[in-house]
Amino acid sequence: MATDKKQTNKKQIGKLYRIAGPVVVARGLQARMYDVVRVGNERLMGEVIKIDGEDTIIQVYEDTTGITPGEPVENTGERLSVELGPGLLTSIYDGIQRPLPVLQAEMGDFIFRGVDAPGLDHKKRWDFKALVNKGEAVKGGDVIGEVKETETFTHKIMVPPSMEGKVKEIKSGKFTVDEIVCVLDNDKEIMMMQKWPVRMPRPYRKKQAPSAPLLTGQRIFDVFFPVAKGGAAAIPGPFGAGKTVSQQQLAKWCDADIIVYVGCGERGNEMTEVLTEFPHLKDPRTNGPLMNRTVLIANTSNMPVAAREASVYTGATIAEYFRDMGLHVAMMADSSSRWAEAMREISSRLEEMPGEEGYPAYLATRLAEFYERAGMVEPLGVDNEGSVTLIGAVSPPGGDFSEPVTQNTLRVTKTFWALDAKLAQRRHFPSVNWLTSYTLYMDSLEPWFAKNVAAEWRSLVSTMMKILQEEDKLLEIVQLVGSDSLPPKQQLTLEVARLIREFVLQQNAFHDIDTYCELKKSYTLMKTILLYADLAQSALDDQGARVQDLLAIKAKDRIGEAKFEKDYQKLLKEVQAEMETEFKQLR
Amino acid sequence: MTTMKEYKTITRVAGPLVFVEKTEPIGYGTLVKVTLVDGSVKSGQVLDSSDDLVVVQIFEGTSGISKDAKVKFLKENITLPVSKDMLGRVFNGAGKPIDGGSSIVAKKKIDINGAAINPYARASPADFIQTGISTIDVTNTLVRGQKLPIFSGSGLPHNEIALQIARQAKVVGSKEKFIVVFAAMGITNEEAQYFMKDFEETGALERSVVFLNLADDPAVERLVTPRMALTAAEYFAYEEDAHVLVILTDMTNYCESLREIGAAREEVPGRRGYPGYMYTDLAMIYERAGMIKGRKGSVTQIPILTMVGDDITHPIPDLTGYITEGQIVLNRELHRKGVYPPINVLPSLSRLMNMGIGGTKTRDDHKNVSDQMYANYAEGVDLRGLVAIVGEEALSEKDRLLLKFGDLFEEKIVTQSKKEDRSISQSLDICWQLLGTIPERMLTRVSPELKKKYYKEMK
Repeated sequence: MATDKKQTNKKQIGKLYRIAGPVVVARGLQARMYDVVRVGNERLMGEVIKIDGEDTIIQVYEDTTGITPGEPVENTGERLSVELGPGLLTSIYDGIQRPLPVLQAEMGDFIFRGVDAPGLDHKKRWDFKALVNKGEAVKGGDVIGEVKETETFTHKIMVPPSMEGKVKEIKSGKFTVDEIVCVLDNDKEIMMMQKWPVRMPRPYRKKQAPSAPLLTGQRIFDVFFPVAKGGAAAIPGPFGAGKTVSQQQLAKWCDADIIVYVGCGERGNEMTEVLTEFPHLKDPRTNGPLMNRTVLIANTSNMPVAAREASVYTGATIAEYFRDMGLHVAMMADSSSRWAEAMREISSRLEEMPGEEGYPAYLATRLAEFYERAGMVEPLGVDNEGSVTLIGAVSPPGGDFSEPVTQNTLRVTKTFWALDAKLAQRRHFPSVNWLTSYTLYMDSLEPWFAKNVAAEWRSLVSTMMKILQEEDKLLEIVQLVGSDSLPPKQQLTLEVARLIREFVLQQNAFHDIDTYCELKKSYTLMKTILLYADLAQSALDDQGARVQDLLAIKAKDRIGEAKFEKDYQKLLKEVQAEMETEFKQLR
Repeated sequence: MTTMKEYKTITRVAGPLVFVEKTEPIGYGTLVKVTLVDGSVKSGQVLDSSDDLVVVQIFEGTSGISKDAKVKFLKENITLPVSKDMLGRVFNGAGKPIDGGSSIVAKKKIDINGAAINPYARASPADFIQTGISTIDVTNTLVRGQKLPIFSGSGLPHNEIALQIARQAKVVGSKEKFIVVFAAMGITNEEAQYFMKDFEETGALERSVVFLNLADDPAVERLVTPRMALTAAEYFAYEEDAHVLVILTDMTNYCESLREIGAAREEVPGRRGYPGYMYTDLAMIYERAGMIKGRKGSVTQIPILTMVGDDITHPIPDLTGYITEGQIVLNRELHRKGVYPPINVLPSLSRLMNMGIGGTKTRDDHKNVSDQMYANYAEGVDLRGLVAIVGEEALSEKDRLLLKFGDLFEEKIVTQSKKEDRSISQSLDICWQLLGTIPERMLTRVSPELKKKYYKEMK
């Protein structure tokens, strides 16, 4: 883990006074809040989280067993920072940006403490190509050169936000990330690597209103509850509702340039699944491995709790760094509840006055601060817009959405994808409840959909939603009297709703073709279902057709086959023709 | 290391905790020996260490400890001596042999807290474990390296099921070593005897290591028992190349002890009085299941917990469900109907199932059959509610078939005897018999090819 050298202070040594779990107390330190300190003879990394009289209270990022009062504590005077530069992509980090493969090489298969590992490889040489000339004036955020980081990704090297001046010296060639590639006239030196404190959002010129959707290839999200690029979404769901699969589907298929996936306090085996699966997946847009646009952060539930608390900030800072290059970044945090619990655990060790359900009173503020790091911005030095979209999974205890983490998250996110255990039990996947979910981006995204898919998009989606709403009401009656006793028109509505549920809402994440669905395909699917609805409706009204015959139309059940068909257009055209013939025969 | 001083400076005793004043620095987590006035010895661990005072949690309970008891700090953490000879042996909750045999000659001593497996070093669990129980094998498949708890309730036969799994579990077609580590926390003497009798009768003891913490053993010891068991399991898995199945029963008792200690330390309580760090604490236990790249063995866990008041949203099952990869849920209604094992497949789930089933692992129709069974059974159960209101006559033909399917499912698939060890093929064949009662076109979750291969209409 790197530290930020701008704040160098003279080193101070204090003494450990008390140890109780991940929180320790030191005396004799003149530390500032959030300074990074080295604890004990093994120099474990910690961070100052409270100052009380002569006591400095420190959260330690590693196991404290065996640490003894009286051991030294050194204040580095620096803040918890990450290293940003070429080499980030395809990396797999723990919560404080230590690369897990490096930890494995140094410690073996288990994680013990006391190993330091920088976030970037300081030995690897990158081919740096200068893009500015001597004498040019540059300021923070300006691009001075580039590095081809992966086959499909060119990494822009930017001037760190606080620097400004005229280029005195710049050279192309092979360099490591900590070698100087550019010197300014005020003798400021620029390396390919920057450091940035994780708890501080990176600056930008201006925040903009989101106007384009983050397409995910998942019908229920894209069609019914889209999130905007630069927006924030929450996926709360009880365990077993398919939260993690949804997050992984988003990470795999969404149309962001860069994915930052934070596994925060989650299962080890699940992280392994991500780690083994991602390198084999193809990016549908570049055809390169999906890993080439991905940064993974894995701090599983049994790894130190303080590092879990830091992991989402580490992720957000990396996401903002790519945003500053004018890229669209999607960050998934699975799960923000574990992060909140880490806060609670540390807060309770500090013996702070608890708020709701034992969470600290500042829970709402911290959640709001975190989600505010999302946004569509004009970066400091790049003309393209960049964005960070935050998608946070929430794990409400007992599936109760009224608990503090879910509630405080909903106050700051505009899209809500409510996972429902009941749907999951029925094997309806993705198990997003279409009645309780919502998005507030519909209005701002409407022009985009009208322009890029179809002018009638919004009304089509509303029609679908209306049918589903009506189904919900009708089902209550069906529960009491059975569906056969409903009037024909309502029986028809139930059938159309079933088609929507099975052929649009349900999507098989494990099927090669169905796993990703483009907007055009969703559109055609919906149109075909509506065609059936219209034909059936007029057959009923104008010709007095029997409802049994309408329900027995065979072609409608074939609509679903299109989900698994590459050439869906041809198939759906056939289905539409068949359907029309069948209806004609009814006369 | 110089021999440590002995202190007679206990200032306070509260619940399982002892507060001791001392003069030398004591490490966090250090092991402690307390010698009582009558000469008996208790052990404990440092929970909080500061310049002049330490808080010690006593494993055997604090009864008999007075202010003039002698306290000695041992400068080491709690360890378990391990060796291959542990197989077939029975230990108490603190790792001491209680079967009358000799003590273990340690090959080495291992810190029982273990360490987190580097996620990068983990191997993906993908090998099917056949338990011989259809509701697990077909619809909630267990794979090596998984942690799949059984959510039970008081009075439900979770112990029988655990024993049946311990007896029958195997990887089909594999001759590799398979070991069961069994840890009981706070179970009654009667239950312990039942377990031991079954282990001995069936010969399962030979391939088992047993840790028993009984209901009248000290509550604090319970916090150590699962860690002892997992340390033994990791030793056999990663150093002796064995595949280890760890059965932990009953995790509810473990969590109660955790709460007791938290209360005694006057910590700020979380939900229902359980400590705020219970999620992390449970994760440190459950996450010790897994497989490691390049090592032959594996640790699979089946923790058992009784849901307080059958409430699945209670903090213990809730937090467990968030850490484990699924859950097997037992159901009181099924039990009352006389169904054994009373597994309700609807809220049950195995998250790693898809990785361990299919063509080469089980059978090509496994996934489709499982989905179809699930869907039909769910509908059948729903219809029962409707029938209660309108009567069976009012149902459509289709609904009547599904209603019947629900009953058949419980009769043929769920129900099996305690000694019945069904192979996965047998289980799937029974499923097809049931699916045969439903018209082919209603089986929307099964691909046409598989229907052609397996479907046979039954009247």
